Amino acid sequence: MLKYLFAKNEDIPDGAAAVYFGFSAITWFVIGTGLGAFNASKLAFPDFVTGLEFVSFGHMRQVHVHAVIIGWISMAFAMAMMYMTPALGNTKLWSEKLGVWNALLWNVGLSLGLTLLWAGMTSGREYSDFPWFIDLYVVFLVVMPLGINVWKTIIHRKTQGIYTTNWFFASAVFMVGVVFLVGNLPEYFHLTGLTEAYLTWWFAHNVLGLWITPVAAAIAYYTIPKVSGNPLYSHRIGHLHFWSVVVFYSTPAAHHLMSAPLPEWLKSFASVEGVLILVPAVAFVSNILLTMQGKWNMFVENLEIRFTVTACLMAIPLNMQGGFQQTRAINWYIHGTGWIVAHAHLALLGFSTFAEVAAVYLGLQTLMKRKLYSLTLGNLHFWFLLIGFTTYWVSMTIAGLIQGAGKIYEVPYIDVVMAEHPYMIARWIGGSLVFTGNCVWLYNMWMTARAGTVVPEGRMPHELAYER
Amino acid sequence: MVNFREYKIGARFFGIALGGSMCITLFLPSFDFRNVNATEVALDKQLWAGWESGFNLDDPWLRGDHRPLRVTLKVDPKTGQPMEATTAYVYPAGTRMPNGVDHPDILGAMVQQLSLDKGRISEANESQGAVFLLSSEPQGDGTKQFYIEDASATKGWTPDAVLKAAGDENTYHAAYGKAIFVREGCWWCHTLLPEETQDWQVFGAPPMLGDFNGESPTAFGSDRKAPDILHVGSRNSSREWMMMHFFNPRLVQPYSIMPRFDYLWGKVDAKGQTIDYDKWRSEYNEYVEGQRVTPPEVPMYASNSDARALIDFVLSLK
Repeated sequence: MLKYLFAKNEDIPDGAAAVYFGFSAITWFVIGTGLGAFNASKLAFPDFVTGLEFVSFGHMRQVHVHAVIIGWISMAFAMAMMYMTPALGNTKLWSEKLGVWNALLWNVGLSLGLTLLWAGMTSGREYSDFPWFIDLYVVFLVVMPLGINVWKTIIHRKTQGIYTTNWFFASAVFMVGVVFLVGNLPEYFHLTGLTEAYLTWWFAHNVLGLWITPVAAAIAYYTIPKVSGNPLYSHRIGHLHFWSVVVFYSTPAAHHLMSAPLPEWLKSFASVEGVLILVPAVAFVSNILLTMQGKWNMFVENLEIRFTVTACLMAIPLNMQGGFQQTRAINWYIHGTGWIVAHAHLALLGFSTFAEVAAVYLGLQTLMKRKLYSLTLGNLHFWFLLIGFTTYWVSMTIAGLIQGAGKIYEVPYIDVVMAEHPYMIARWIGGSLVFTGNCVWLYNMWMTARAGTVVPEGRMPHELAYER
Repeated sequence: MVNFREYKIGARFFGIALGGSMCITLFLPSFDFRNVNATEVALDKQLWAGWESGFNLDDPWLRGDHRPLRVTLKVDPKTGQPMEATTAYVYPAGTRMPNGVDHPDILGAMVQQLSLDKGRISEANESQGAVFLLSSEPQGDGTKQFYIEDASATKGWTPDAVLKAAGDENTYHAAYGKAIFVREGCWWCHTLLPEETQDWQVFGAPPMLGDFNGESPTAFGSDRKAPDILHVGSRNSSREWMMMHFFNPRLVQPYSIMPRFDYLWGKVDAKGQTIDYDKWRSEYNEYVEGQRVTPPEVPMYASNSDARALIDFVLSLK
């Protein structure tokens, strides 16, 4: 890939940037989930690898979070954008060269940022932990080049309209830039006190609501119709989804701070808007599941469809939790407990990751024109991910309910810790399964590049039979 | 933007929708935040914690450079005469002034006016350093209004004289301690925000609206894998307990899942002798396996160690 950095744009083969992004994303996924499993082991067995600053939980937690969000999830998004945007516009990516540079700068910036976080150089603000110069790096050297490529490709499209997926891509990549600039104002201008606390969660909420959730959904809007061969069930519902994301998902930031002394009107407003997140959620889930009409056999037979539909099915409990757990009565019980940790993993490791995994499978096979090396390993990956995630989610949800009960009924804290112990072990096992599955995936994709069957011109990879 | 033309209406509506949401979630709350007067808690906290506890250019690696100190004075630093115990906040030369002194308008109108007129905080400057006091003015309704007083201006106290008068045993490195709290990720498990549940009764009252002016980062935390510690200094003020708990939490709480923070002791103990961690750990393992009756002694931390600063910080959370 590095040889394309200084090549002429015309000499770079189509899809080079997307392939670079795809393999980077999988690698970060392996690293991020490996760190997650290691962190989980420390919560189950605190004396496992102990007394060293660089492997202490407090230094590694944020590295795990940023490796999976900015490494895995966002690079998989970039991969999907560089593959799907031109495909939907019946054109080429505006600049492969910019894309390759984007992927390189992304990896460099993220490695630098994670190293600094690991060393303890942090802003002390959850989700916006990076020091401000890394935030600026992300805006100008990561998000902007991606945005320019996506917008330019859409402008140069050869189709008349813009498909749903591309509305989401074009707007989300704009919104995430705004979120990074505005959400980090406390660091650029040293805003303090409640303003700082509120903007921290304004950032955290919107980076999920205006970047991760809509882009993951947009990917499903491409994968399901493309692979199943059915047209999208309803363009109108897609409109409803898009506009309700922009209007409703961008406003409930304050519901993350229900127990802080924020203005009461703001908390009430955020809570109502938070329930309205169900509008885009229901629109998305129904649209995707109805698109599957008559093709449900593919849910069993086809790996990409199975991953995407599973993502969509997981969006149902995700949004039911998300809509209601932030209302005052329920938030009172579960705030600050493992329930929230389970919910966050349902969003990122459940819904969003499963949609992106499908996109990376589909995109890498299509762009490299190679059939997936092994279906068995692909199936293994799916079940490792699903069983690992489910173990994690169930155990953390139970642990969260225990913590909530302990909080409400004034149980001495150490009794809560003791009661949670078995679930911490289950959490660690779940995380380890996910990590193992991802190692399998990286091997499978690597072998696909090296030894996958060549997909003939004009054919989709899923039209070919598997050989292993 | 030639090919976006057919999306003119959509693009405008997008701008209106996103702009409207920003207006409601950013612009409108800013009016509420601006009108808040800093409470005694907020003034105390920003004075001992200093300008910034997270990443900043004065101390990028959060290793304790340019941090203010909190001292308890028992003698007047100018005259040497005994006086009533007084808390002073010392900003040695080159230390960034606290936020309320840098930008008095964040204190709220009433506190700002008192701090400027009676506290003379506009005379404090970074190159000479300053000493601050938390002073109060009685109000008509019987309450007290707190404000920041620049004692270098009003009393002529210099940072060096105050530190000398207080002595090392009455000096608290709470500001560096909070930076360690941020650096070591204590806030990933210990929140600083008691919730509106019955845990008021266990963990103390939740903070009030004006308790945060000037604090950065607020580091509320979101995940309670451990007890809330906003008021921990009121529940447990034992330095010895804290020392054992940080060195190895299992010494005082066998079922704790907190990591060991023995590495904050550094290389040497209070007497300057090298700490033999391997020996300590093997003796501790013998104790756990029942081959020893008592665990090994926790070494006394050196006065310039990270452990001391962190304990100073935790005990200042009242």
